[in-house]
Amino acid sequence: MTTKISIQAAHKTFGEGERGIVALQDVNLQIGSNEFVTFVGASGCGKSTLLRCIGGLETLSSGSIKVDGVDITGPGVDRAMVFQHYSLYPWLTVTENIKFSRQLRAGRENLTSSDVEAASGRADALINLMGLNHVRDAYPNQLSGGMQQRVAIARALLPRPQILLMDEPFGALDAQTREVMHDMILHVSKLEKTTIVFVTHDVEEAIYLGQRVVVMAPRPGRVDSIYEVDLPAQRDQDMKLEPGFLQQKKAILNRIRETAGMRTDLELLERMTKQAEQQNDMQ
Amino acid sequence: MSSRNKILAKWDSIWVIRGELSRRSYLLFALFGMLVPLAAWWGLSVSGWMDKVFMPGPMDVLSRAYTWLMEDELSHDIWISTYRVLAGFSLSAVLAIPIGLMIGTYRPVQAMLEPLTDFIRYMPAVAFIPLVMLWVGIDESSKIAIIFIGTFFQMILMVAEDVRRVPITQIEAAQTMGASRAEIVKLVIVPSAKPALLDTLRVTMGWAWTYLVVAELVAANSGLGYSILRAQRFMQTDKIFAGIILIGLIGLTIDQLFRWLHRRNFPWLYKK
Repeated sequence: MTTKISIQAAHKTFGEGERGIVALQDVNLQIGSNEFVTFVGASGCGKSTLLRCIGGLETLSSGSIKVDGVDITGPGVDRAMVFQHYSLYPWLTVTENIKFSRQLRAGRENLTSSDVEAASGRADALINLMGLNHVRDAYPNQLSGGMQQRVAIARALLPRPQILLMDEPFGALDAQTREVMHDMILHVSKLEKTTIVFVTHDVEEAIYLGQRVVVMAPRPGRVDSIYEVDLPAQRDQDMKLEPGFLQQKKAILNRIRETAGMRTDLELLERMTKQAEQQNDMQ
Repeated sequence: MSSRNKILAKWDSIWVIRGELSRRSYLLFALFGMLVPLAAWWGLSVSGWMDKVFMPGPMDVLSRAYTWLMEDELSHDIWISTYRVLAGFSLSAVLAIPIGLMIGTYRPVQAMLEPLTDFIRYMPAVAFIPLVMLWVGIDESSKIAIIFIGTFFQMILMVAEDVRRVPITQIEAAQTMGASRAEIVKLVIVPSAKPALLDTLRVTMGWAWTYLVVAELVAANSGLGYSILRAQRFMQTDKIFAGIILIGLIGLTIDQLFRWLHRRNFPWLYKK
């Protein structure tokens, strides 16, 4: 597998001087072509910051991020991004949203009519792929959250990006819709041969989707450990209940709890319950 | 359930916090809210408790408005006042929208202009009258200038706020799709802020009308505000009432026009 994204000694500090917060400390990572990598970690671990740095929305304080060996210098059409919500344009219909990036290029380049036709063909193909045909002329706020995210993904895929960056894209959806979206995005990754970097707080989602799961740790934000996922390439919802899957889920969850320094103090809770019971008895 | 209970249940249901109200009930309540003060006013005037000079009745006001229309120049007064308000307001809008857009979009512009605007907007527009007379004279432009001063600075700040409310993810999504800064302003920020901007215009239009009387303090010899001021000199309280109510009615009409424009131009906000 050839390396698509190469992160070297990435360091990011927010704020200045003593009050500065280290969001990323010495992150080194290689992401392969057409790989699906997921990032999990306790809040404040810098997983979203790292994603935004790859997307060019934030700049590193030091270190470098290379795509195909070339340093990135801001956002670019080779790296599309899908956000958790509020990223669609409510004044445009579904089709117009999906064609937005094309509209930008149409303003700059002298497109021939066959180019425009090809773009329309691409938009139609994505609308079909995402199951949006029946709502193509609807406005985003007429759609459910799951449908809105389908539009956002289709919009991101239109210019055929080599990399798709996803920042908790299904975080606001209900469990059933998420399952559908999971299988859909796996299908897309196979079909489009896109490299996908996916940030989530849901460990199950991370294992189900990722070929590798990167666990990040907070204060300072850093890569803690990387888990290779040992599941067949063709995923299936039942796999989530198999022992191997559950074991890995348990291992990752425990690792996240340890890095977060947060554990439920069961003894303390027990003592508090007993105290409360005694008080009730006395009354 | 007895019919009495049914009525009680229905009565209770319309008082649900942020509940639903049918269109018919809404209109009924609105009508009630308008008619009660009108009836109270009428009752007060016919009771004879108050001198007509202090409190003219609805019929007195209506007949005064009629003679104003027939024997005086009501239509001209309405026209000239509307013209002044619209001219001052439009001038404000034409300048405040681009300036507010820049303040809300670019930090250096915000740093340069926002504190200054915040400072000026607290200055009373009335106090500028002598200066306005000195600088722009006493013709039409002075009235327009007062209305401009009264609305312009507030409008800048409101426009800037509307622009800042555009969700950052909408902007970042455009950046990741390769949009240039100019494209983001033109294709994302402006269309995204448009509905809020039209609302801002609607609200500031109301303020522009409140500055009319002040504006027509300056060497005017026609207009609704001017007529109110002159009626005050002759103790024509019925004419004062008529003038105030007319301004209110014109304001209400323009307000409804803005709401209609809102529904017409931003259909996606009304489709569910």
